[in-house]
Amino acid sequence: MKLLSTKATCNSHGQDSSYFLGWEEYEKNPYDDVHNPKGIIQMGLAENQLSFDLLESWLAKNPDASGFKQGGKSIFRELALFQDYHGLPSFKQALVDFMAEIRGNRVSFDPNHIVLTAGSTSANETLMFCLAEKGEAFLLPTPYYPGFDRDLKWRTGVEIVPIQCNSSNNFQITEQALQQAYKDAQERNLKVKGVMVTNPSNPLGTTMSRSELNLLVDFIEENKDMHLISDEIYSGTVFSSPNFISVMEILKERNDLQDFKQTDNICERVHVVYSLSKDLGLPGFRVGALYSENDEVVAAATKMSSFGLISSQTQYLLSSMLGDKKFTKNYLAENLKRLKKRHGKLVSGLQKAGINCLESNAALFCWVDMRHLLPSNTFEAEMDLWKKIVYQVGLNISPGSSCHCNEPGWFRVCFANMSEETLKQAMKRLKAFVVESTGNVNSVTSRSTLQKTKSVLTKWVFRLSSRDHRDHQEER
Amino acid sequence: MGIEIEQSHPSVELSSIAISETHGENSPYFAGWKAYDEDPYHEITNPSGVIQMGLAENQVSFDLLEKYLEENSEASTWGKGGTSFRENALFQDYHGLKSFRKAMASFMEKIRGNKAKFDYERIVLTAGATAANELLTFILANPGDALLVPTPYYPGFDRDLRWRTGVNIVPIHCDSSNNFQITLEALETAYKNAESMNMKVKAVLITNPSNPLGIAIQRSVLEDILDFVTRKNIHLVSDEIYSGSVFSSHEFISVAEILESRQYKDAERVHIVYSLSKDLGLPGFRVGTIYSYNDKVVTTARRMSSFTLISSQTQHLLASMLSDESFTDNYIKINRERLRKRYDMIIEGLKSAGIECLKGNAGLFCWMNMSPMLENDTREGELKLWNEILNEVKLNISPGCSCHCSEPGWFRVCFANMSEQTLEIALKRIRDFMNNKDRKDIEN
Repeated sequence: MKLLSTKATCNSHGQDSSYFLGWEEYEKNPYDDVHNPKGIIQMGLAENQLSFDLLESWLAKNPDASGFKQGGKSIFRELALFQDYHGLPSFKQALVDFMAEIRGNRVSFDPNHIVLTAGSTSANETLMFCLAEKGEAFLLPTPYYPGFDRDLKWRTGVEIVPIQCNSSNNFQITEQALQQAYKDAQERNLKVKGVMVTNPSNPLGTTMSRSELNLLVDFIEENKDMHLISDEIYSGTVFSSPNFISVMEILKERNDLQDFKQTDNICERVHVVYSLSKDLGLPGFRVGALYSENDEVVAAATKMSSFGLISSQTQYLLSSMLGDKKFTKNYLAENLKRLKKRHGKLVSGLQKAGINCLESNAALFCWVDMRHLLPSNTFEAEMDLWKKIVYQVGLNISPGSSCHCNEPGWFRVCFANMSEETLKQAMKRLKAFVVESTGNVNSVTSRSTLQKTKSVLTKWVFRLSSRDHRDHQEER
Repeated sequence: MGIEIEQSHPSVELSSIAISETHGENSPYFAGWKAYDEDPYHEITNPSGVIQMGLAENQVSFDLLEKYLEENSEASTWGKGGTSFRENALFQDYHGLKSFRKAMASFMEKIRGNKAKFDYERIVLTAGATAANELLTFILANPGDALLVPTPYYPGFDRDLRWRTGVNIVPIHCDSSNNFQITLEALETAYKNAESMNMKVKAVLITNPSNPLGIAIQRSVLEDILDFVTRKNIHLVSDEIYSGSVFSSHEFISVAEILESRQYKDAERVHIVYSLSKDLGLPGFRVGTIYSYNDKVVTTARRMSSFTLISSQTQHLLASMLSDESFTDNYIKINRERLRKRYDMIIEGLKSAGIECLKGNAGLFCWMNMSPMLENDTREGELKLWNEILNEVKLNISPGCSCHCSEPGWFRVCFANMSEQTLEIALKRIRDFMNNKDRKDIEN
């Protein structure tokens, strides 16, 4: 066999993890309320399916946007030829306006500082290529989106060092954890290039507090060779208080108060990532962006975007849609209303099953506490429980270990990628499962049974990851 | 006014990739672009402006596409019994839309006169051939390794193959003595060259039909190249982005056909790149593909394509268009005819100005020989002439040195990115320039 590169043969793409088992099982046996009511319900997919009707109605009223027309006149030719990596000016303007609107216009964005990319998957990787060398590291708070292992590390050779967060303080980032992560990196001989956070958080579903944001900004103020990346892909899904605070607002506040030493260049070391995959529910259209006040980053990233430009057809459609301010205002408000309601349904459904989750105010999922259902406080027990939930309960949810959570027993459960009826079904099943297993919890699970379960898992997981199973695009 | 505070701090360092010049955008080649941007030709508002002849775009067949869209509105909309908006907007599977892959495979077959078969399950979709070439390089080679690429080659390869991958390009030198064909000798020399620089050669990358030469590679040369890569146990990447732009269909032979004739023996080392940017004239839509006969490459490329997926909206449009056989049959035929007509026009026009071109049979450009007009038979001489053509004749053409041509005096001139009238004007300007030069020579 001809040799392939180490990138091709390594496992940093992360797709052999047992996490993908749930996906495979779902694909083999997907729930359908009519045709397959006993199938597996997908709750591992962070999609926003609640507001398509709003988009569809806009499209019906604005046929020019998808018909390559502007004011009734065809612009097909111009769009077909438009491959300028600076992006469609009208789209960039509409996008920065939308980003500002999401932040209550408390901050504004300059369209000349935005770089368009085919999804935030591409934006995140591009930032790594621009900011770090192979072998250098970024600090990330756990738990984090499993896709980062691939997006940030695979082709770039950059390392991730976790900032360990835990339930004792609702998984918030502490100064101690941050400093510890820095020490861990040094022990591994890794030069730290910065910190990357997702705000609102995936998988926690919470917005970052002002004090956490200040902690991070302070950290890069002290460490002048470090960057701060804030992936704000869920910024348009903050459905209840506390309000969303973007890192850009913190910078603006400090700048206004002239809190920065005059010679500081901190604004040039903070970069924001965005996408329309979650807020607008358009992951297929591949619309991502990175924003930076650093001219060099913008220049380098713009050239790199050649490797992942957004289709001009799509840029045009969205420049039209997001340029309709009446639409965006209504969409954002209505979308939040629906997310809030749906979130409420999941939380109360879980409660009826005796399950709590982390109190959250954003995103498309809840961070669910199933520690009390674990026979032992181990990741093996978590995997065991997860398998049961996939096979017996028929729900594909995401185990905390796949998000690098350091406490076993937490699971991410999505609520916006299905109908209300389906969610109800899922909760019913979960309740039944808990009642059943709580009934059995008192009976002693013999040691041999536990060990048998463990070895079955190991063999089976190994078989799965070495066989050429059908891959699936994992989801945020 | 406040006191001016001096920014005495050095700005924070970016990665070496970010600050390197390997993106290639500071080469003199880009000065031509600048000149055009500052003074673009327009038949009414700026008739003395710079005519862009450095852009390999295909603008001759848009009417066929526009007609299709008018008659098939479901391709650019949703619902009405077709794909729902919801389904399309949610579709981000890196396998790509099945209907689109099937349509693409069938289109690629048609372009090759059905002389080769393509299995849609081997098609990996990327946002343009730019992404496809980079992706393949990431997969086939490690930083510091080498790809052998015949000169002259597309300037963009310096960035696409090398920038973020850290892989090197070692040229396979071709020259006019045999119409720039790739020889076994040149291949061996390049290979040895790489070895002497301590670089592991991982692949040969060819563009067929060639950019900038505008010729389809001959069958015997393809066979030789395939034998060479087999002997050396390395990969072959064949960028066939211009395959639909061959003026006569029987003149293009794809490596796919050779593999088929060899019953696909040793095919896992071969990978084909394609795109709709040239044949269909849709560079803005970012539609590229990798077709690989190697399962591991297909799987890995698919996963990597996460960084560069094609918009599902665009996949939906093109699935519709390319699965319409009467449309594609007609388009391929007419597009070829129009390109040939343009090619004949420019060759005649240049000939009448006393300029010879390499005999081409494909692409959106011709490879023009102006070496007799050089003051000095050097790169500087070529750039001097190029500057004259840019500033006096007001034509932006591509100097051979930007394509790493080892012989000075050759230029790539595009003919499909403008109207016929504009091309006439460009040719007239060249004739006048050449006449003036003759007169000057006589006077001297």
